Amino acid sequence: MDGIVGYGAYIPRNRIKVEEIAKVWGADAPSYKRGLMLEEKSVPSLDQDTITMSVEASKCALKRAGIDPSEIGAVYVGSESHPYAVKPSGTVLAEAIGATPEVHSADFEFACKAGTEGMYVALGLVRAGEIKYGLAVGADTSQGAPGDALEYSAAAGAAAFVFGKEKVVAKALETYSYMTDTPDFWRREYQYYPQHGGRFTGDPAYFKHIMGAAQGIMKKAGVQPSDLDYVIFHQPNGKFPFRVGKMLGFERSQIEPGWLVNRLGNTYSGSSPLGLTATFDISKPGDKILIVSYGSGAGSDAFIFEVTERIDEVRDLAPKTRDILDNNKKYIEYGVYAKFRQKIKMAE
Amino acid sequence: MRDVAVIGMGMTKWGELWEKSLRTIFVETALLALDDAGVNRIDSMYVGSMSSGVFVGQEHIASMLADYLGQNPIPSTRVETACASGGLALRLGWMEVASGISDVVLVGGVEKMTDVSGYEATYALSTAADQEYEGYHGITFPGLYALIARAHMEKYGTTREQLAMVAVKNHHNGSMNPLAQFPFKITVEAVLNSVMVADPLRILDCSPITDGAAAAIICPVEMAKEMGKPVIKIIGTGHATDSIALSSRKDITWLEATYQAAKQAYAMADKKPHDIDIIEVHDCFTIAEICVLEALGIVEKGKGGVAAEEGITSLEGKIPVNTSGGLKAKGHPVGATGVAQVVEIVKQLRGEAGDRQIKEARTGMTQNMGGSGGSTVVHIFERE
Repeated sequence: MDGIVGYGAYIPRNRIKVEEIAKVWGADAPSYKRGLMLEEKSVPSLDQDTITMSVEASKCALKRAGIDPSEIGAVYVGSESHPYAVKPSGTVLAEAIGATPEVHSADFEFACKAGTEGMYVALGLVRAGEIKYGLAVGADTSQGAPGDALEYSAAAGAAAFVFGKEKVVAKALETYSYMTDTPDFWRREYQYYPQHGGRFTGDPAYFKHIMGAAQGIMKKAGVQPSDLDYVIFHQPNGKFPFRVGKMLGFERSQIEPGWLVNRLGNTYSGSSPLGLTATFDISKPGDKILIVSYGSGAGSDAFIFEVTERIDEVRDLAPKTRDILDNNKKYIEYGVYAKFRQKIKMAE
Repeated sequence: MRDVAVIGMGMTKWGELWEKSLRTIFVETALLALDDAGVNRIDSMYVGSMSSGVFVGQEHIASMLADYLGQNPIPSTRVETACASGGLALRLGWMEVASGISDVVLVGGVEKMTDVSGYEATYALSTAADQEYEGYHGITFPGLYALIARAHMEKYGTTREQLAMVAVKNHHNGSMNPLAQFPFKITVEAVLNSVMVADPLRILDCSPITDGAAAAIICPVEMAKEMGKPVIKIIGTGHATDSIALSSRKDITWLEATYQAAKQAYAMADKKPHDIDIIEVHDCFTIAEICVLEALGIVEKGKGGVAAEEGITSLEGKIPVNTSGGLKAKGHPVGATGVAQVVEIVKQLRGEAGDRQIKEARTGMTQNMGGSGGSTVVHIFERE
């Protein structure tokens, strides 16, 4: 059966705390921490971007997959922070991992759900028999305007998945996609920071689409929340995943293993995919996992995976997501953060 | 002059009504009022709206709303005096009926505030402050009311907890109002720990940004009696102004326009403050309710905070204030607020207020205020 053959994660080691950001803007850190359930977020270094993180995560996914990279027939990178406006991220990634030249590649963009879009298409091509293996990555060095609420969450990270029909660690039982034209968050050409519709990003956007996709896939698969072991929702802040989980009838314990946002931040296209890699790390054969992404604009992709016995063989072949998140951290101050995020205007 | 009665009222659920436009919100509400009154025509209409131009880019709404209500070519007038626009719409409608120019008049108010960001909404509201003497310095309404609150605390010893108690009371009342934007209870602790907006005011001291409308139908008392309607008479009305800049006032804790408008209304109605059974006041911020009760003569100068603490203004108190939940819990679509106060008083005097009904309420008052007190409209109503 088709599914995920290998998975990998990457998170930069720099962290900045909510207090450090709030201090600069004279904002109330405790209320952000309580209201958004955020403590700190990851920050990419100057030499890190969506492409470098995609390469790191993909290398880990290939270690777990144990396949010959030249057999990969498709390389997809989903991000809203592709380093180039024109020139693909996928070509660099495909070259770096040795998948060129017989390979199809595309860069996806759909706000925070670009990563699961690539997964959706890669899995579809595997199912159709067009390719033997497909690689899909969700990665972002998310932008949040200085002082905006988004600055407390916009983080960096990547998750990569190799799809195939043999040696799967997680069978893809069901897929479902749900979208409408809902402009809750956008960034126009030549704009550096995204804009958002404030509270409009909640009920008519995040909640409506995640509910729609989650209910749709569970109906299609004929399952209830209690039939699933774990669930991962897109994590724009700490609160939303728990709230939508409660609305759908999930327990906190089903959400917690893949809930990384309080110390990771929102990695946009990497957000729910990193929740999935963290959940694979702790899952047992037979576990059923639901993942529902969310991208502004707006839509959700949903997948139900069933973990196979191969998980025990591959789990330790590459760094586990929580280990990357919790270890080897380096805390930085706002000035260094501003430099790393190129918020300081340099002399020409 | 003819005696005037309110024979119909309408209000729909308030909140973030992203799926409805300004005209839809207004028309739905106006139709409810027309049904409630049971009239088959209106002769004229007045609509309170503070800033539809800034909020949704639409001016000339008096004609547009008459059109969408199917009432062209009747005369229709938009009224603006900041947050007191709705109250003033009622006063002008009352004048038209009392003078004999019209018999049946629709009085409404509407504001669509959540189609813009919080910053833009704050700016739109700030245009009700003095742009040359206040706006240029960057101050907006939370800051202006914070100055009033701080001065009241210094002068009269009003405490931070007393401010919180106003919000707690209004949310308690609002929890029984299904049309309120925030129909839930809060605690003093929650207010004291909520996000700071402008010291000493925190987010739970502030009324929200709201989409909503309210409408009432008025006609001569004689006509109301012929129709067999419960007669809620408008027995007093008053309207007064003050400097819109706080810096021009002798005492920023004293709302002179409220005092003057109330004086007119009491005189016309031949009532004293202690004759009033229930009041809806303009609690755009917790401190506002405290200052308003003092200016209305309901409590002594400086005792507004104590009134909340001692429960005088609670549902069970001597004089229940803001049984609807007030602006704090019910919401504050600025142009609609003054008319929504009338809706609540009419409900109470008719005995239709559900769980928050005040037994044997016969005389009610509304106080609707613009800006930091630069305009105020007061009405007194009585059930026959």
